[in-house]
Amino acid sequence: MSKKMKKYKRYLPLYFMMVPGLVYLIINNYIPMGGIIIAFKKFNYAKGILGSPWTGLDNFEFLFKTKEAWTITRNTLVYNMLFIVIGTILAVAVAILLNELKSVMAKKVYQTVILVPFLISIVVVSYLVYGFLSTDTGFINKSILQPMGKNSISWYSDPTYWPFILVIVNVWKNLGYNCIIYYATVVGLDTSLYESAAIDGAGRWKRIWHITLPGLKTTIITLVLMSVGRVFYSDFGLFYQVPMNSGPLIDVTNTIDTYVYRGLMELNNIGMASAAAVYQSLVGFILVLSANMIVRKIDQESALF
Amino acid sequence: MVEKSKAFQIGVHCFMILLMLFCLIPFLLLLVSSFTAESALLKNGYSFFPSEISFDAYKALLVDSSSIFRGYFLSFVVTVTGTLSNVVLTLLFAYPLSRRDLPGKGFFSFMVFFTMLFNGGLVPTYMMWTGVFNIKNTLWALIVPNLMMGAFYVIMMRTYFTTNIPEAVLEAARIDGAGELKMLIQIVLPMSKPIIATIILLVGLNYWNDWLNGLYYVNDDRLYSIQVLLNKMLMDVQYLMTNAASSLGQSIQLPATGIKMAVAVMGALPMFIIYPFFQKYFVQGIVIGAVKG
Repeated sequence: MSKKMKKYKRYLPLYFMMVPGLVYLIINNYIPMGGIIIAFKKFNYAKGILGSPWTGLDNFEFLFKTKEAWTITRNTLVYNMLFIVIGTILAVAVAILLNELKSVMAKKVYQTVILVPFLISIVVVSYLVYGFLSTDTGFINKSILQPMGKNSISWYSDPTYWPFILVIVNVWKNLGYNCIIYYATVVGLDTSLYESAAIDGAGRWKRIWHITLPGLKTTIITLVLMSVGRVFYSDFGLFYQVPMNSGPLIDVTNTIDTYVYRGLMELNNIGMASAAAVYQSLVGFILVLSANMIVRKIDQESALF
Repeated sequence: MVEKSKAFQIGVHCFMILLMLFCLIPFLLLLVSSFTAESALLKNGYSFFPSEISFDAYKALLVDSSSIFRGYFLSFVVTVTGTLSNVVLTLLFAYPLSRRDLPGKGFFSFMVFFTMLFNGGLVPTYMMWTGVFNIKNTLWALIVPNLMMGAFYVIMMRTYFTTNIPEAVLEAARIDGAGELKMLIQIVLPMSKPIIATIILLVGLNYWNDWLNGLYYVNDDRLYSIQVLLNKMLMDVQYLMTNAASSLGQSIQLPATGIKMAVAVMGALPMFIIYPFFQKYFVQGIVIGAVKG
């Protein structure tokens, strides 16, 4: 007994160190997890979370009867798929090209510059987009469409273009980030393979096709699966801030995250908002677990757990 | 063959330069517009080649110092205190987790990790912070929720400790009679400078760029950080006008179109200043984070 006590006493300082972090985790993460019961209640501010009456799955029933339930699911999934496919192809291509360059200096400059958009807040990004798309003073309307004799487009009230705009903005913002990860992998590949390929007389494209791409395979699969695990989550700023919360665009910009926000803050529809959030958390959880299971099968090292 | 290789190199350089332009041109439009006279902006719109250069937008910002500079100052305070708290919390949590012999290590690691898989979502989070902790319209709202410690950084730091700090070093210190806190400060900390620098930069970036906490928890305009202020100005032109009019007096014609861009430039500026010097750490952080998240 005393020996065991002594053993734990030795670790006491270590446990003390963890107290602030644990308290934070419990408050910031675990208490809200318990709060998902709101979705199963008829929430009433006066009665509080615990005092509000249970309603079973009513909130979910209401949610899935609305047209929005389908729209937000479709938007969240389709945009994420587009981001994953286009983003990955471009990032891998740029990483490989970067690696083929001889000048060390140039490589560094390119790498540095394409990461810049990643470091900028989405609020500033929405200003950049506004500079191009503003109906009265935007660059595209004033400097491109008007001189060509074409009519101005009211970008912020015409949903036709937004799927493209959102994809472009997303690629613009995240290309550098993804590219750096793939580039780090390419640089880490075994150079002796390249040398022997060169001796065998393999051309550049052959080398890329037979050595670089296979070398990147694990990283690509891992990162793609990780993103697939997160397809139920969207970048709130991209879908809310960049289109400037514009009503006419809502059909193509509403995702689960923006729906939850609007339900909670603008429409005061707590039931629906919390049901949508729980729907997101649960499906998201299942997706992450499945994605990780597949990653584990492919490459144990890359799995999250 | 040599010729072909040279042509290829030039081709790749051209492509990369185009890509760089694609990344930078939006910023150029922002910058040029912020230095364009209001009349030119209203006539020709935001453009790369202004017909008339002017510093009016920045002058107006200087006169209307109350909101912009308060926002700047607030962002600065929030970023510094938030980043420091985050790094201290992360360090104190990650170090014990890196100790192989710690009883209960698996449980605590899982507790951190699970927050990456599942979350309660916005509704209960919002109700807890506003209802239980009453942080609405306080400075805490910008610092505490969501950003003060993240599983991602804890795991990143723990992994760094386990792979880079040999147990023998710690063992030797223990034999010399050093306590855990002393070991952390005198041995672990000096050996972990790169990872700490990386985490400081990434967390600092999160704090500086954060506007969500402001959006959720703040509607008192004395507590608008620069990003929240930017958000309000873009979404609500009226806000900009009334806010500026009250401090300038109605008589002055405000260059609203240009001011928007000038404020955005100020919001992005600190990143542009810091980034070139710390580029290495940003890249390092991204690579470590992705390889072992």
